[in-house]
Amino acid sequence: MPVHDLEKTFLDKIEREVKIEPRDWMPDAYRKNLIRQISQHAHSEIVGMLPEGNWITRAPSLKRKAILIAKAQDEAGHGLYLYSATETLGTSREETINDLHSGKAKYSSIFNYPTLSWADIGAIGWLVDGAAIINQVMLCRTSYGPYARAMVRICREESFHQRQGFEILLVLSRGSAEQKAMCQDALNRWWWPSLMMFGPRDSDSTHSDQSMKWKIKRMSNDELRQKFIDMIAEQVKVLGMTLPDPDLKWNEERKHYDFGAIDWAEFWNVVKGNGPCNKQRIEARTKAWDEGAWVREAAVAYAEKRKEKSKSALEAA
Amino acid sequence: MIHIRKYYYGDFGESGSGETTTNNKKNIAPANNTTGHDWPLWEVFIRSKQGLDHKHMGSLHAADAQMAIENARDVYTRRMEGVSIWVVESQHIHASNPDEAESLYDPANDKAYRHPTFYDLPDEVKHM
Repeated sequence: MPVHDLEKTFLDKIEREVKIEPRDWMPDAYRKNLIRQISQHAHSEIVGMLPEGNWITRAPSLKRKAILIAKAQDEAGHGLYLYSATETLGTSREETINDLHSGKAKYSSIFNYPTLSWADIGAIGWLVDGAAIINQVMLCRTSYGPYARAMVRICREESFHQRQGFEILLVLSRGSAEQKAMCQDALNRWWWPSLMMFGPRDSDSTHSDQSMKWKIKRMSNDELRQKFIDMIAEQVKVLGMTLPDPDLKWNEERKHYDFGAIDWAEFWNVVKGNGPCNKQRIEARTKAWDEGAWVREAAVAYAEKRKEKSKSALEAA
Repeated sequence: MIHIRKYYYGDFGESGSGETTTNNKKNIAPANNTTGHDWPLWEVFIRSKQGLDHKHMGSLHAADAQMAIENARDVYTRRMEGVSIWVVESQHIHASNPDEAESLYDPANDKAYRHPTFYDLPDEVKHM
């Protein structure tokens, strides 16, 4: 079939909301765009464990430790679902991971901020996971089948992450004066970076237009950000805390919250690698990968040895 | 003035200052030197409860079948999603070609009489 016919079939499927599956014909740019987006998403899940890992041994109780371990384990799982989805597009796992380590592939900039107090773990669950969920709920309807299926599974597991985060903050907000201050301090530091998670304004976003046409994304960065702000601005009242934006207020006419200007210079600075923890994050990943090399090799050697053994046992029999 | 204790360990190294430390950049081998070392890919099928079919859940890498089953347990059944796991090395799966779908399924297309709704029966006939 000539390429323009294939492209027509492809666009027709997108139009009719028929999912694209791995072995279907797809334009190279669609494939590339997906590899970039899904692998970036996978890397975010994996790097996202690092700021939390800091607190697993330092969580205030055994219950909180157990919860945090379960959450980090989920994130490892989510990273794996997404790495698998990336592989269906014809890249190898190793290539994908090398791209993270070399800096060719990005991950969500939010994980380049440090976790300085226990309240940060609450703020991450409520704000960071909350923002991620808004994005992921939309992606459950993305046009590429394996990505959509991974998202459905992830969304099912993710809501506990946000609820546990909010509960951490709720307990602090009802605690001592110091605990309340800790809670407010964490919100002050995490609020603006969370808003940046939705990416640049629609007018400055390079990938958005095409992604919307191909239905990889179903809502724009600004739409998703507004949805998040409207949700959080209400929930923060339950905590009796404030969000660090003097311009945040309900706009009766728009039926949305208005909000202040986002510091995009900070956003681009962190994306370019100059955030507080960019270097530490990649170094932690490469260290884990390099120091795990012997385990990967040993497992292969063991599997081969066992295969040999069962073969010779079979021959002897 | 309330003092909040902030911890700088881990994220900033144990030294404790809030400044970013300079790290020696590790030499990362270019992709073409290190590719081809992935463990084999396995497809995972899970029976969610007795009486139901195994259903495809996704895939993962593992050195052998036993490791694939153990990894599948950790990756796909953290919330009691399964009572039985099958793993098959992906290279052993043969699939139909989506480009041939039209001709492949064509014989089923024009046989409406295979469906019960093809037959017009009087309303008096119940439960058929």
